[in-house]
Amino acid sequence: MTNLTAVVPVATRPGASVASPKKAVSALLANGILVLIGLCFLLPLAWLVLASLDVRASYQTQIPELLSLENFRAVLTPDLTFRPLWNSFLLSAGASVVTVVASVLAAYPLSRYSMRFNKPFMYAILFGTCLPITAIMVPVYSLFVRLQLIDSMGATILFMAATSLPMSIWMTKNFMDSVPISLEEAAWVDGASAMTALRRIVVPLMRPGLGVVFIFVFVQAWGNFFVPFILLLSPSKQPAAVSIYSFFGQFGAIAYGQLAAFSLLYSVPVILLYALVSRGMGASFCLSGAIKG
Amino acid sequence: MTAEVIVPALAGPAPAGRTGRRQKPTTTWRLLPILPAIVLLLIFLAGPVVWSFYGSFTNASLTGVNAQNPAWIGFGNYLRLFSDPVFPLSLGLTVVFVLASAIVGQNFLGLGIALLMNRAHRFVAGAVGTCVVAAWVLPEIVAAFVAYAYFSQDGTLNQLLAALGMTGPNWLYSFPMLAIVLANVWRGTAFSMMVYRAALNDVPIEITEAAMIDGAGGAKRLFLITIPMIKSSITTNLMLITLQTLSVFTLVWVMTAGGPGNQSTILPVMAFQEAFRFSDIGYGTAIATVMLLIGAVFSIIYIRALRPSKG
Repeated sequence: MTNLTAVVPVATRPGASVASPKKAVSALLANGILVLIGLCFLLPLAWLVLASLDVRASYQTQIPELLSLENFRAVLTPDLTFRPLWNSFLLSAGASVVTVVASVLAAYPLSRYSMRFNKPFMYAILFGTCLPITAIMVPVYSLFVRLQLIDSMGATILFMAATSLPMSIWMTKNFMDSVPISLEEAAWVDGASAMTALRRIVVPLMRPGLGVVFIFVFVQAWGNFFVPFILLLSPSKQPAAVSIYSFFGQFGAIAYGQLAAFSLLYSVPVILLYALVSRGMGASFCLSGAIKG
Repeated sequence: MTAEVIVPALAGPAPAGRTGRRQKPTTTWRLLPILPAIVLLLIFLAGPVVWSFYGSFTNASLTGVNAQNPAWIGFGNYLRLFSDPVFPLSLGLTVVFVLASAIVGQNFLGLGIALLMNRAHRFVAGAVGTCVVAAWVLPEIVAAFVAYAYFSQDGTLNQLLAALGMTGPNWLYSFPMLAIVLANVWRGTAFSMMVYRAALNDVPIEITEAAMIDGAGGAKRLFLITIPMIKSSITTNLMLITLQTLSVFTLVWVMTAGGPGNQSTILPVMAFQEAFRFSDIGYGTAIATVMLLIGAVFSIIYIRALRPSKG
């Protein structure tokens, strides 16, 4: 634990407001409580990191006697790690590409033309974002059996894309609304069709927004366990979330360290993508600059 | 993936001057690009929903004759459901799970953290925010393993209790609901925290300062000014975390699998078990349909609550 707690020093600024000592005390209190809460959230994760480096790991959180990467070496095999991660990548990237393309196409008319169709459609979309997907997995399974789509990567990708479509159409439309229409009008005057204007002007301008949508869908698909667990049966097609679960079922009671190592390897891409998005958020929405030039 | 992106805010109408500029193509032609999205949504989202209603009236099974040719049995599954002693238990556990972990746990803790962050040192706020978000960013299966390890008999929680001289119970076996509620608070609080951070940033500091000058104390400022000003965020957040918590499956499945007995069998777990463990797809589908209806009710309340905020 010590190495992790050291990251969060209990630093306060008693001198921040000279006027009221009461405020300084309350700031100190706020800092103290926050640090405590942060520790509570961090504590369960400490096990994950420490166990992955410990050859003799158990469910106990302990400093490894001998730091080693042996757990990582043991799980880094094609069957255990590489193929499941590759499957995860295929599922997530496939779902993200399908979702982004379908959302951009759908968002364009919704954002650019005002039609009687828009409002009911957007409400239906909003309703779709609220649907508890977990609830429909049993009927989805029986529907997929009936359509003979069980164990099909393509169908699973399309299903994952469809479940994330409502949210991403919503996001894409909002991003597109903020792209000024005056740039397109210039293109129309020059004789470009709506689709050309979309491809050449709108999409490049909203690239940061589309990046957010892409990563949003990717992260969701990457972390999804229940959907592939139900729809993909053969181990050669299962993504890391499912293979990690079967690994836990088979060796969970023995190989804690390897389980932790595998979990970390599987989590790293999502953490990196999250960091990317939360970093880039601030700078990436300066679209208004485009209109001045 | 900050809260602003996830919480859908009903977009205002398109900027003035955008509408009615071009009348050339017909509406049908204009709607053409929406087609791929609509096809996907109809087949893979509306399809299962309709199929769910249909399937709940059949005796479809996982294997055997009834898997290929399920028979129509009318309200059979629903009659069985309402006389099944597990169903009211499961419904009750779901309500407890949502109330305790989302409405009380995530919501209040998230609001508390967001409020404290405004008073704390910026570095502390950032570091603690990262810790809280970390649990939320992890893939759900990893978060579930971590929670399993934490609450297991010789896990970290009992290590802590041992350090304090207490012998902790086997949480997952003796207090399964408490364990999954705490785990879900740990996993989901980040969402509420981000929603409330964004909302609190939008409260103009002048108003709080004016109240301070008028002599309003901290508690008074919180309850008479800050809370009323972020009311719409509170409603939005409550609805969204309720819907999210209604569809939690993996966390509970890995930690307790609904057990021991049925002591933590929330509705998604019950539907899964009936369908895949007891091979009764029709019955599982009936439970799924009930969940869909509950979700639909919450969604409609949520959408209605959003409406007035439409500028």
